[in-house]
Amino acid sequence: MLDFFNIDSLLSEDERAVRDSVRRFVDERVLPIIGSCYVDGRFPKEILPDLAELGVFGANLPEEYGCAGLNNVAYGLIMQELERGDSGVRSFASVQGALAMYPIYAFGSEEQKKKHLPRMAKGEVIGCFGLTEPDFGSNPSGMITMAREQADGTWILNGSKMWITNGSTAQIAVVWAKTNGDKSDSSIRGFVVPTDSKGFKSKDQKGKLSLRASDTSELVFQDLVLPADAILPKSGGLKSPLMCLTQARYGISWGAIGAAMACFEEALEYSKTRVMFDRPIGGFQIQQERLAEMLTEIVKAQLVSLHLGRLKDAGTFTPQQVSLAKRNNVSIATDIAREARRLLGANGILAEYSAMRHMANLESVYTYEGTHDVHSLVLGQALTGLNAFK
Amino acid sequence: MKIAVCIKRTPDSESRFKIAASSTAVDETGLKFDIDDFASYAVEVALQINEKQGPGETVVVAVGPDVVQETLRKAMSMGADRAVQLKTDAIPYDGLAVAKALAAELKAGNFDLVLFGKHAFDTSAGVVGTATAELLGIPCVTAATKLEISNGRGVARRELEGAAEMVEFPLPAAVTIDEGIARPRYPSLKGIMAAKKKPLETKPAQLGAVRVTVKAMELPPERPAGRIIGEGTAAIPELIRLLQTEAKVL
Repeated sequence: MLDFFNIDSLLSEDERAVRDSVRRFVDERVLPIIGSCYVDGRFPKEILPDLAELGVFGANLPEEYGCAGLNNVAYGLIMQELERGDSGVRSFASVQGALAMYPIYAFGSEEQKKKHLPRMAKGEVIGCFGLTEPDFGSNPSGMITMAREQADGTWILNGSKMWITNGSTAQIAVVWAKTNGDKSDSSIRGFVVPTDSKGFKSKDQKGKLSLRASDTSELVFQDLVLPADAILPKSGGLKSPLMCLTQARYGISWGAIGAAMACFEEALEYSKTRVMFDRPIGGFQIQQERLAEMLTEIVKAQLVSLHLGRLKDAGTFTPQQVSLAKRNNVSIATDIAREARRLLGANGILAEYSAMRHMANLESVYTYEGTHDVHSLVLGQALTGLNAFK
Repeated sequence: MKIAVCIKRTPDSESRFKIAASSTAVDETGLKFDIDDFASYAVEVALQINEKQGPGETVVVAVGPDVVQETLRKAMSMGADRAVQLKTDAIPYDGLAVAKALAAELKAGNFDLVLFGKHAFDTSAGVVGTATAELLGIPCVTAATKLEISNGRGVARRELEGAAEMVEFPLPAAVTIDEGIARPRYPSLKGIMAAKKKPLETKPAQLGAVRVTVKAMELPPERPAGRIIGEGTAAIPELIRLLQTEAKVL
C-alpha cells in the first residue's frame, strides 16, 4: 500500500500492528474468494470463526467483556482494511460491533453485557440492528414498530424492519420500537430480540446489484413475546439508536478509504502493465491525472478520519464531525471506484478486478447510515442553525 | 518445553529496493520492515510445540538496534512469552559475530530447543543457526520442513532434490526452519495489546570481532525490453537464429 504522505508515522506501533494483521488476513482470506462470493450473491460465512479469533468484533469495547479494548484509531484501521476487501465484509463487522454490541454495551444492564458481549466478540452470537422500516429511512422518528408492555412485565412486539444487514444470519436482533402506543420518538426503546422467537421472520432481500456479498434482510415481528429483561434499560428516545449510528458512521468513514485504496492500487498497477499504443497506459496524461486525483483524495480522507479518531479517543468528537467525514470519504471513494473502473477499460467490468464491485457496493454505503444528502443537511444545520428537516 | 526462537528484522520482500548512497547497504527510506518470513515460521513451530506439549516457555531473541523491539513484540503478539534484545548499533553482516552474541545469551538458558529461520531474506547467508549450534555444542538440523518432538528426541524432515530425509536427534538441539512447515498465525488484536505488557529485556550484545563486512552492493543490470520478431510459424527460423547467435542458449 502506497503511503505517500507517511501517515504511518502518525500511528503508534500497536495501531500499525493491528492494521497489518487485519491487512494480511484480508489479503490471504478475503481477496481470493470475494469476487466469486459477490457474483454468487453470498456472504463468506466461512471466514467468520477466524475473523472472530482475530478479534475484530467490537474491538474498541473493553477487555472485561471479552473485547480487544483498542482505541478508536486502531478500530478505524480495522474497518479500512476490511473494506479494502469488500464493503459487505466491513458492513458485517460494523453491524456486529457498532450496531449490535455497542447498544448492549451502552444501554444494556450488566447482566445483558455479560451474557451477550463475550459471545458476540467470539462470533458465537451474531447480531443485527433494526431501525429502518420500509417507509421510514431518513426519518426514523416516524417508525411504526411498537412494543407494548404486558401486566406481567413481558413485551409484545409488532412491526417490520427493512434493509437489515445480517438479518438472516443473526441470532439476536437489536430492535428499536416505540412503546405502549406512544407515537412520539421519545418513546423509542431498544430490545434484544432472539431471532428464534415465535413471531419473528426474516426474509433475504433479493435482486441486489450492490453489497452482493452481504446478507440484507427484511424482519417481521408478529405478536412476538419478549421477556421483561429484553429491553435495554438505559435506552431512551431516538437519541439512543442515533448514538449507535454515530459509532458505525465513524467506522464507515475509515472503511470507505479502504475501498478507495483497493481501487487506486488496482488502477495504478494496471496503468503500469497495460500496454496500448505501444506503451503502458500510465504514460498517458489522462490516466496520470486520474491517478493523481485518486491519491490526493485518499490522502485527504485518511487525514480526516485519523484526526476524527484522535478526537473520538479524546472524547471531544461531535456527530456533525462524523457526518462530514462519512459524507466526504464515501463520496470520494465512490468517485475513485468509478474512475478506477474506467481506467481499467473493458477489464474493469469483470469480477476478476475489484473496481466495479467496489463501485457498486459504495452506492449502498453512500445511501446507508445517513445518506450523503442527509449528512449535507446535518452540516447545513450545524452551519446556519436552521433545520432543513422541519 | 523451553524453546528459544532467534528472529531477525528484515525488509518486506515485496519492497522496491534502492542502494543507499554509501553503496554498501540498502536505502531504508520508505521500506517497511517486519519479522523475517522464515523466522515467523520458526515462531509458529515453537508455539505449536508448546501448545501441544502443555506448559512451556517460548522466548524470542533478536540482535540489533532498538527497532528490533517492534519485531520482538510482533512475535510476542503471536504468543511468545517473553523477549530478549541483544543490543547493537546495527545488525552485523558477519553471521558468526551474531551467533556468538546469541550463544552467549542462550548458553545459560537451559533451552530444550533453539529454533531459527533457514536463512534471512536480506542476506540469504544461513550461517547464524548452524554457527550458534556449534558454539553451544548441540546438534543442529537445517532447513526442516517438519518437526516432531517427543521423549527428549526430535525427528525432522528435510527436503532434498527429488527426495526427502528424516533425521533424528537428541535434545537439546538447534533446528533451522524452512517454508511450508507451518503457516504463521495472525497476531490477534488481543495478542497485540497483551504483547505490550510482556517482558522485553535489553542487554548489550557480546558480538566479538565483526570480520565480514559488505564492501559494495549492486543491482542486476536492467533487462532490455522484449521485441517481437514476427508472428506464427513464419517467425520460427528467425527465433532459432537469434537464440543461437544472440542469446546463445541453443
